[in-house]
Amino acid sequence: MTLRTYIITRVLLTIPMVLFLLTTVFVVIRVLPGDPVLLHFEKRADPQVIEEFRHKLGLDKPIWEQYIDYLAGLLRLDFGKSMQDFSPVAQQIFSAFPATLELAIFSMLVAVGVGIFLGVEAARSYNTPKDHAIRVFGIVTYAIPVFFLGIVLQMVFGIMLGWLPTGGRTYPGMEPQGAYITLPGVGTIHLATGLYTIDSILEGNPAKLIQALRYLCLPSITLGLVLSGIFVRLTRNNMLETLRMDFITAAKARGLKERVIIYGYALKNSFLPILTMMGLQFATLLSGAVLTETTFSWPGLGRYIFTRIGFRDYTAIQGAITVFAILVAAVSLVVDILYAYLDPRIRL
Amino acid sequence: MKVEKLRTYYFTRHGVVKAVDNVTFEIYKGETLGLVGESGCGKSTLGFSIIKLVPPPGRIVDGKIIFEGKNLVEASEDEMRKIRGKKIAMVFQDPMTSLNPLMRIGDHIVELILTHEKVTKEKALEKAEKLLDELGISRERINDYPHQFSGGMRQRVMIGLALALNPDLVIADEPTTALDVIVEAQILNLMKKLKENYNLTLILITHNIGIVAEMADKIGVMYAGKLVEFSESLPLFENPLHPYTEALLEAVPNIKLSEQTLKWIPGSPPNLLNPIKGCRFAPRCKYAKKICSEKEPELIEIEKGRFVACHLRK
Amino acid sequence: MEETEKPKGILVWPIVKLASLTKKGWPGWTVLIGLIIVISIVIMTILAPYISPYDPNALNTGPIFGPPCPAHPFGTNHLGQDMFSRVLWGGSTMLQVALLSVLICFAVGVPIGLFSSYIGGNLDKVISLIMDSIYAFPGLILAIAIAVMLGRGVVNMALSIAVIYIPSYFRIVRSQVLTIKEMTYVEAARAIGAKKRTILARYILPNVIPSIVTVATINFADAVLTAAGLTFLGWGVEVDVPDWGWDLYYGRQYLPSRAWWIIFFPGLMIILLALGFTFIGEGLSEILNPRLREGE
Repeated sequence: MTLRTYIITRVLLTIPMVLFLLTTVFVVIRVLPGDPVLLHFEKRADPQVIEEFRHKLGLDKPIWEQYIDYLAGLLRLDFGKSMQDFSPVAQQIFSAFPATLELAIFSMLVAVGVGIFLGVEAARSYNTPKDHAIRVFGIVTYAIPVFFLGIVLQMVFGIMLGWLPTGGRTYPGMEPQGAYITLPGVGTIHLATGLYTIDSILEGNPAKLIQALRYLCLPSITLGLVLSGIFVRLTRNNMLETLRMDFITAAKARGLKERVIIYGYALKNSFLPILTMMGLQFATLLSGAVLTETTFSWPGLGRYIFTRIGFRDYTAIQGAITVFAILVAAVSLVVDILYAYLDPRIRL
Repeated sequence: MKVEKLRTYYFTRHGVVKAVDNVTFEIYKGETLGLVGESGCGKSTLGFSIIKLVPPPGRIVDGKIIFEGKNLVEASEDEMRKIRGKKIAMVFQDPMTSLNPLMRIGDHIVELILTHEKVTKEKALEKAEKLLDELGISRERINDYPHQFSGGMRQRVMIGLALALNPDLVIADEPTTALDVIVEAQILNLMKKLKENYNLTLILITHNIGIVAEMADKIGVMYAGKLVEFSESLPLFENPLHPYTEALLEAVPNIKLSEQTLKWIPGSPPNLLNPIKGCRFAPRCKYAKKICSEKEPELIEIEKGRFVACHLRK
Repeated sequence: MEETEKPKGILVWPIVKLASLTKKGWPGWTVLIGLIIVISIVIMTILAPYISPYDPNALNTGPIFGPPCPAHPFGTNHLGQDMFSRVLWGGSTMLQVALLSVLICFAVGVPIGLFSSYIGGNLDKVISLIMDSIYAFPGLILAIAIAVMLGRGVVNMALSIAVIYIPSYFRIVRSQVLTIKEMTYVEAARAIGAKKRTILARYILPNVIPSIVTVATINFADAVLTAAGLTFLGWGVEVDVPDWGWDLYYGRQYLPSRAWWIIFFPGLMIILLALGFTFIGEGLSEILNPRLREGE
């Protein structure tokens, strides 16, 4: 199967999957409990207010119409209106999304970095106490609730030692603005990604970068550490298998340095499964993000869902979960394609 | 190089496997030594012992390997690393799995050169290209990946890698076993040519006596971890001294005869976990006498340059 | 005669079985340690009403944010509730939720897996697609959505968590069935006209059970963590039920109090419980599917 065929097949398969997920979300939020509007008001308001409310949100239409509206809206990037103030959910989601993205990226960096480093060390010192200790570490980190680790780190590094901030994305007033570029004939364009680290670099403001990193520290270490366990085990197992192969012995016979063999030969060959695992862990990452963002008051999508739940804003909740579903499907697709592309045996 | 009373054992869950048990021999510059024996006799382990890459749970237990005035058994890993690839090189059995699938062929060679010699990348690249010429591989293929080559060509690359830095000793562990006969002939020809051009010292490990007959100056026959015969090749073929060598030679079918009964060696392969008392070949030896099951024969120089470990030849 | 022998028999047999585990090397020990941890916590929870010094919901049993002391070994929280009592009582919800969700998953996931994969065809494809979609989705978020819709409470939590894990059971059952389905002795059974039901029950199910057990134990561990997460977010168990998740919820709110004991002990218990199940799962999976060791 050529790469092109594979990509096409894979994309086509994603469509029913996404459709199913979206339908599930719809069913769970709209159909399951009966009436989200009533739940919103907790059965306390008078009927006329409820009717108006329903009408404004388009929730008085028959279920099938609502379903079509829902799907059609998505194509327009319209995620409905918030029950709280009728403002478009899409806008709220898109302003919260970069925060989660930034957290996700840095957490994954921590997870994979720690995971690979410890996994390699464990494989190198196979069957020694060091190896066993690292393996235990891998198992234990998975059993730690991410919010517990978060609170502990907050208390130790934030409150008791006072080294790092315990909440928020950056020091108030130090939000990076990105770059303003003036192009002749076009005018001024505003270049900003929403990721504070990149935006502060774009702005050329090192102080803002430092603050952004300081605030990123604890949340990404928390989430990253909990995820790292899986990567430790994966790296270790793959390395052990790869190190047994002939081309490693042949490389040793050529007198190549140990570091070259471990990283250049063994790790490079073990890397693809790690990449796939990164994609597979994306869903877990998002789950963990909800908890982490809540713990650290990180203004991302996870915290958005949490606060919306508090307000019983069901349309917003639906919108947010929809975004999650689409994200997961997209990442899974990208990872599969990337894998097929990177394996030179498939490519050529 | 002199190997003296070398013992390499594997310490497994089931017991100690004495893969190389008290082996002694010498090899001189420019010679080709053929190490023959059936599978499991310890010849590969001997090869790995010399370059000190015995896989765990094995390790060298006793003995000396004197190479260029140094005892390799006592050399540190760091010292060995400098020797491997540059002074002692190895060619492996399976060309399909001996190259890094993610590295280009040219990079394999360049990397090797840059590890051991202080030259510029351009110089290393030049050298790599010249090497490919010698190996009979087209220069344009220097940027191809291993899976784009056939088995025979990959083995050429492996040989090239072994010879790139002009080592003093090359150990070839069953270099043609994984190849079909025609390719095998090509590889052997290549090896012969390079041997002459570079005056190589070669240890050729194989279970195929035919190859050894073609290429080797001296032959060492191994059985059950022991060196049972060691001599120059022509005398060995004309007049094998050890019963095992004799049986091996008899077992080779003669393509010129239209009819023949195939001869084989009766009995089962030896147990290296619990070696029997006395001569290891005795149970299968048609000349065996009482003393053969009681006392182990030592490797003795019967005539000039001919060593044999057999009670019957004393 | 029978009366005095029976009780002894019931106690001795499990102990002998457990002791034999240690003979299996490190996986046996892992399972044993895991079992000890889990059983201890279960016993602690069952005995909580009898050994707990205070009512876990009782206010002002001591000073507010009182540090650990002889009267309150684990200190007191922001309402003056005794942390030690809360720790003793707090595992109950999690254990119930975990047990219930595993049972539901078992009852739903395994039969669906068996039938879908055995029958095969388009039905199997559709069900697999559905299961894959659920499996790929972030578990906690789905659980939150369902829990929010259904409300708080043990049963609702169990349902939400069960939904997330059914695909795992489905997948493992399916992969096993697909392998076994092709084996000769199943073909033989089909040849003599055995009903599908019989084949599934007698031939396939017994072989599938070891893998299911391993999945179940990992499921327990995840269920514990997810349940804790749900409660931490405020959508798990009812407000007046003592739960380690609630303790962490309050712990976060009162972070500046520096009362480390209100988070440390409940959190530790969650970790221990999850670890216990994880150890059992790890050990079991190693015993059932031993990995080859190097150099032999």
